[in-house]
Amino acid sequence: MSFERTQEKLKILADAAKYDVSCSSSGSKRNNKNKGLGDATGMGICHSYTEDGRCVSLLKILLTNYCIFDCAYCVTRKSNDIKRAAFQVQEVVDLTINFYRRNYIEGLFLSSGIFKSADYTMERLVSVAKKLRLEENFNGYIHLKSIPGASDELMKEAGLYADRLSVNIEIPTKEGLALLAPEKKREDFIKPMVKVKNEIIQYKSEKNIIKSTPKFAPAGQSTQMIIGASGESDQQIMWTSNYFYKKFNLKRVYYSGYIPISYDTRLPQIGTDVPMLRENRLYQTDWLMRFYGFDVEEILNNENQNLDLDVDPKLGWALRNLDQFPVNVNNADKRMLARVPGLGMKSVYKIIEARRFRKLNWEHIQRLGVALNRAKYFLECGTREFERRDLTAIQLKSLILQNSNSKYRTALGPQLNLFG
Amino acid sequence: MIIREETTLIYDGTFDGFLTCVFEVFNLKLPQVKIIRKSRFQESLFSSNLEITSDSQKADRVWTALQKKLSEKGKSRLYYAFLGENPQIENHLLEYIQYAFKSKSPIDCDFTNKNVLKVSQIAKSVGREKHRMEAFVRFRLSKDQLYFATIEPDFNVLPLITKHFESRYADQKWIIYDLSRNYGIFYNLETVDTITFDFPSDFDPIKTTEAFFSSEEIEFQTLWQDYFNSTNIPSRKNLELHVQHVPKRYWKYLSEKQPKL
Repeated sequence: MSFERTQEKLKILADAAKYDVSCSSSGSKRNNKNKGLGDATGMGICHSYTEDGRCVSLLKILLTNYCIFDCAYCVTRKSNDIKRAAFQVQEVVDLTINFYRRNYIEGLFLSSGIFKSADYTMERLVSVAKKLRLEENFNGYIHLKSIPGASDELMKEAGLYADRLSVNIEIPTKEGLALLAPEKKREDFIKPMVKVKNEIIQYKSEKNIIKSTPKFAPAGQSTQMIIGASGESDQQIMWTSNYFYKKFNLKRVYYSGYIPISYDTRLPQIGTDVPMLRENRLYQTDWLMRFYGFDVEEILNNENQNLDLDVDPKLGWALRNLDQFPVNVNNADKRMLARVPGLGMKSVYKIIEARRFRKLNWEHIQRLGVALNRAKYFLECGTREFERRDLTAIQLKSLILQNSNSKYRTALGPQLNLFG
Repeated sequence: MIIREETTLIYDGTFDGFLTCVFEVFNLKLPQVKIIRKSRFQESLFSSNLEITSDSQKADRVWTALQKKLSEKGKSRLYYAFLGENPQIENHLLEYIQYAFKSKSPIDCDFTNKNVLKVSQIAKSVGREKHRMEAFVRFRLSKDQLYFATIEPDFNVLPLITKHFESRYADQKWIIYDLSRNYGIFYNLETVDTITFDFPSDFDPIKTTEAFFSSEEIEFQTLWQDYFNSTNIPSRKNLELHVQHVPKRYWKYLSEKQPKL
């Protein structure tokens, strides 16, 4: 391959792909085969981090940034005046293999602008993955984008070579989509998702009978939503997310704070801040749903349509449900311990293990490395020492905020002063 | 023979050597004991010293006996903590092992016990360093088609990362060399062996020069640096987070952090 041309294309097509936030490289079960290259069995590895603090795990590029669509929120939209480029299939294969051999990456994340038609584009993506697997005996991680509207046959073939497939629904509400991407229909996003879901179910049942059934997208499916581009509420975002988790067995939903890239009047203007704090709160809620046993309705409902920005969603929930506290460290069940603000699942595990040996007091808990600055108001050890006393939710909140140092303090300035 | 005063056991620094010491503590019924590796030993007036020779049979007996007393996780924590090279670690590990043998039920999750906690904390930092090395090793293709990486990890993690790299890079020859401990691991397409070598005096481990590395290597490093810069989103800049994930002491050998070639 010609070095200068590849260099130019890489700059353009990496830059265009960076708004896709998924970087996961875990959850696959692909062993090294016949002493080939690569292994995707373990947990994912972040090989580096960009200066914005996001992990670099996969070579994340577009096959091309030519696109027939004109979605307002997208940097590669047809009407945008930018440099365009397209990789050849072999170029992507060579870059992937050579980056992988140097331990730069876990594998490839390949997306694309839509040129000619959905199927034509999807076919190209599949051929990269196929070449990597069959010709290069590559067993690293491959994440392919499902192109909205791609045919079932192509989606089936994609799943045979890729570890993960994803299609971004981008805009959380139907109305928002109609406004910002009038050429796209929700059904087009859903169609490949349904196909992949059904194939995964079928693979699992066939696998039980015939062990050698070829793998199908072993790391599952994911999707992404843009936050703050179409005026949606946190409730709309998380209920949509919950729907997709349940209905399509998604592994992950990603939330991407909208980065202003256009003077289009339908969108936040260039210069507007990226809603990073909001994005963070949404991820926290996502975690509460997936790992902490919360129902989305407990956190976001018609009374609370948006998350608090000044406190995390678990603390927000606890302050609205003070009657469920304090929780006793020595006999509360796992579910309830997981609901204590400030306790992560690792602390919950350590408490449960340690209390089998002796009754725990405050000193023990501290020695375990459990962070108590928030948790102490919601826990008791069976002694008379209990921090909350008879404080109200508002007093408690202000006490906690006074004694905590949020990394978002500057962003929160005015709100904090209310309680400070 | 029963020795009443404090005895210092001196060993060669290997894990087998350490386990041999543990064997002798039980075998000789030593009540007051300190275990120290030879490289750290300083003569003291007030204790008697005993030099222990590594004995793989004795070491195996201790390790097998521990099987019954510890979970897999507990055993691997023990080994990880040993590789942390903390100056006091042998004594924490000894007390940990004594506690395990004395107790009827497994103790490896008794985190309120000071030795169990200490061992699990050190094991955790070693595990973190292992994971970092799996991430931060950067191979460079040498003139003789060998993928070569240099590292200076905080702990002695080469024994822990061997398997990871062996199963991943099964079709290329590679070397990962620990410059601070002056030894490396070499995969020759069949097995992984431990090696040490003297670098030529004009070899600078940080620089990728054409004298030692293939011309293709320089091109791919450039492409990687370009990729690294293109994938950054300036409007989300967060250097604090960046440095938290990639602490500066690791930058030395990261290709993406090198000046443009």
